[in-house]
Amino acid sequence: MTLGSRLSALGLTVACVLLFAIVLAAQSAPDRSKPPSLGPVPQLKLPAIQKRALSNGVPVWVIEAHEVPLVQVTLVLKSGSSDDPADKYGLASLTAAMLDEGAGSRSALEIADEIDFLGADLGTSSSFDASAVRLGVPVARLSQALSVMADVALRPTFPDAELERVRQERLTDLLQARDDAATVAPMAFARQLFGPSHRYGTGAIGTATTIKGLTTSDLKSFHAAAYQPANATLIVVGDLTADSVMPQLEKQFGSWRAGSTAPGHTTVPMAPQPAQRQIVLVDMPGAEQSQVRIGWVGVPRSAPDYFPLQVLNTILGGSFTSRLNQNLRETHGYSYGASSRFDMRLSAGPFFAGAGVQTDKTAEALREFFNELTAIGKPIPADELTKAKNYVAFGFPSNFETIGDFSAQIEQQIVYGLPDSYYADYVKNIQAVTAEAVAKTAATYIQPQRFLVVVVGDRKAIEPGIRALNLGMVRTMSVQEALGE
Amino acid sequence: MRRRILLILLALFTVPLGAQTPAPLQVPYQQFKLANGLNVILHRDTSIPVVAVNMWYYVGSANEKPGRTGFAHLFEHLMFEGSKHVPEGRFDILLEGAGGDNNGSTSNDRTNYVIDVPSNALELALFLESDRMGYLLDTMTPQRVDGQRDVVKNERRQSYENRPYGMASIEIDKMLWPATHPYSWPTIGYMEDLTAASHSDVVEFFKKYYAPNNASLVVAGDIDFDRTRALVEKWFGEITRGTAVEPVAPPAAILTGVQKKTLTDKVTLPRLYLAWLTPRFYAPGDAALDVTSSVLAGGKNSRLYKRLVYDMQIAQDVSAYQQSGALGSQFQIVATARTGHTAAELLKVIDEELDRLRREGPQPREVQRAINQMEASFYQRMERVGSFGGKADQLNAYAFAGGGPDYFAEDLARYTSLSPSDIQSASVRWLPVDRRVEVVVEPEEKK
Repeated sequence: MTLGSRLSALGLTVACVLLFAIVLAAQSAPDRSKPPSLGPVPQLKLPAIQKRALSNGVPVWVIEAHEVPLVQVTLVLKSGSSDDPADKYGLASLTAAMLDEGAGSRSALEIADEIDFLGADLGTSSSFDASAVRLGVPVARLSQALSVMADVALRPTFPDAELERVRQERLTDLLQARDDAATVAPMAFARQLFGPSHRYGTGAIGTATTIKGLTTSDLKSFHAAAYQPANATLIVVGDLTADSVMPQLEKQFGSWRAGSTAPGHTTVPMAPQPAQRQIVLVDMPGAEQSQVRIGWVGVPRSAPDYFPLQVLNTILGGSFTSRLNQNLRETHGYSYGASSRFDMRLSAGPFFAGAGVQTDKTAEALREFFNELTAIGKPIPADELTKAKNYVAFGFPSNFETIGDFSAQIEQQIVYGLPDSYYADYVKNIQAVTAEAVAKTAATYIQPQRFLVVVVGDRKAIEPGIRALNLGMVRTMSVQEALGE
Repeated sequence: MRRRILLILLALFTVPLGAQTPAPLQVPYQQFKLANGLNVILHRDTSIPVVAVNMWYYVGSANEKPGRTGFAHLFEHLMFEGSKHVPEGRFDILLEGAGGDNNGSTSNDRTNYVIDVPSNALELALFLESDRMGYLLDTMTPQRVDGQRDVVKNERRQSYENRPYGMASIEIDKMLWPATHPYSWPTIGYMEDLTAASHSDVVEFFKKYYAPNNASLVVAGDIDFDRTRALVEKWFGEITRGTAVEPVAPPAAILTGVQKKTLTDKVTLPRLYLAWLTPRFYAPGDAALDVTSSVLAGGKNSRLYKRLVYDMQIAQDVSAYQQSGALGSQFQIVATARTGHTAAELLKVIDEELDRLRREGPQPREVQRAINQMEASFYQRMERVGSFGGKADQLNAYAFAGGGPDYFAEDLARYTSLSPSDIQSASVRWLPVDRRVEVVVEPEEKK
């Protein structure tokens, strides 16, 4: 046995590194006739969530993780793009993006310089359901970074010049998105499925028209309404104790006061399902691959059959050995990879299966997609069900490896109101999923005869083959038409 | 000067807040070698009950021969398709059934395979990894090669042909390196070479490069040292040593002037690429160029970002990076013009800034800012055991580079010891205005 000895000179050959190696005799051949059996499954022991609160009532959830001298502090607000007013799509997203463009007495450049100099990472972002400010920093520099974070979250100034700059960046992002079939496909799918007047039909960033219309006063109103103590939770994961971090948080966030009105939340309505199958072919002349998305309105995060759905999707398109990937990649070689997912939000987001497939096999690939989407309605073989359950259940610990992973899990718990027992019960809940439950969710949520099909590709090359499949009505459109502007 | 910077940083990091962590930038390990030449590195980390099995083969696209570009990567795909005691498809099924994940990647210099499993499945992972090292060819067929050939061609279509600006990097590599230098061709390979790859190529390649004496195995995570060592000996000990692999002997790579090219693509905005040949990984200048990339394009206050994107707003984005390799490196600056602006405008400003950096060097704060960020990234890398870039992968990367597996602290010291004058010297020496590649991607004319 040798413990690592460090050689400081580089450029040595690998053989030289092994000066201290012990040479071992070759062993007799092991029995390879069957795979080694697995021992008992290890239990994940998560550190406790310590729940505290600031004097103004803001809950603080602290998880101690002492492996690496880093900490992540997340301020999560339960407002997001779903709360965008009808003519102001993109407001939540732009508000989050503008938080670090000037705050308190600091300018945009000063904020960036200070954070970068501390070796910290300060991110501001939003989803449909929440907004968040996330600070990752070496634990010894937390107090300095925390004061910048508090300015950014609580006291943004939204300077006009920075707003115009970020607005132009976002308009250019939208313009560039149209170059890429893999970006156009999910945007076009959402637009065609939910329509222009449902919030989920447009990306969080909004449209060119709405982005152009957003004003400083819009940002200030959204910030005043959404970024309030009653709407907030602080999450701390890292190499410190609750007792040591609470005074620092109190100092930076404790005097934060409620606004004039309580935070309100918009409930996004459940969108109607398509009545029948339809195909939208979005033309990208000369494309070498077609980007395919097939599906309809899925389920909200609160779906009572959440666990059977996890297992169902793992079998269908949620893992490497899933049916879609095996068929389209391994059996037919039409694609580098195929997958499916339920995008679960507070309301029902999209369910879709998708892949990039080679242009000259687009119709063949669509046929295989529908073969699998149909076959998933038949009884699932027991070993396939067990494999999927084990994959989801036993892979659960890897969701907690880094402080960022752990924080993300806690964010989900807060935004979707999951119980504290969620983590301890997760493996049990997956293991309890029955074949009947999976069959029921498949029958309810996978109805390929009513799915929307969006194909972004070279129309001239793929339209005849797609029409010949007789899947349903085919509409063809330009990228511009598919995205609505 | 150098020492002072180092001490300040150490002081910042040695203030524990209630934590009983040992010196954190240390990854204790055991290393030994099997009789067949397989290098083995073990590291214990019990923070979650997961084990990473990470195998590096010292072969990459640099080992390919002309006419068979892309072969190292195509071969990597075949490693997941079954071996003598693992029928086709079972590799992934067995691992997923145990709650594990796996992947592989190919670069110019090496091919790596990662398996991350709950700790009870360690032996399963070693069985699978050893079977494809010892018995891959027993069940290899031309049909398997055909199947993965189609997949890889679709990988190329997805990542290059059908991705905006996707073909630029292939063109840049061709222009930077001499035609006989193996970095001149893309790791993904040329389509016609992928078409030409055959079953007999697979046999030859496996016998030449996939021997235990050309590989290094890291097992890291929630393990017991003695038991793991015994299991590694059990599963890998019987595999026969191969003949030694000759190191790649590339021709000298020197740019003698400016090479320019304009490409067209189905894109809306023009993009400019500048590329230089720079020192190989860990050689003098390599770390300084990493910091230079941050001074130029890391964050809002970096020189190019601030001028092009923040102040003038003639660019949508700008990035800079040192892409380090075993046989040499390249430094790239990439910027995309805003609507109504041109690559030539971007080039003019970039050259003004490069000229200023060469003449005046950076301010101490710019360098320290970059070093502090680099340092934080080292700690972030210590958080994950498995997957690409986790501790297991990094132990193998350092072993491959020749500094010993636990080279973390020394690697960080390469950065913390840098001064502004080091950055200035690197920009003068390695980023000259008159020896580089300039590629512009222009939007195709609308028909």
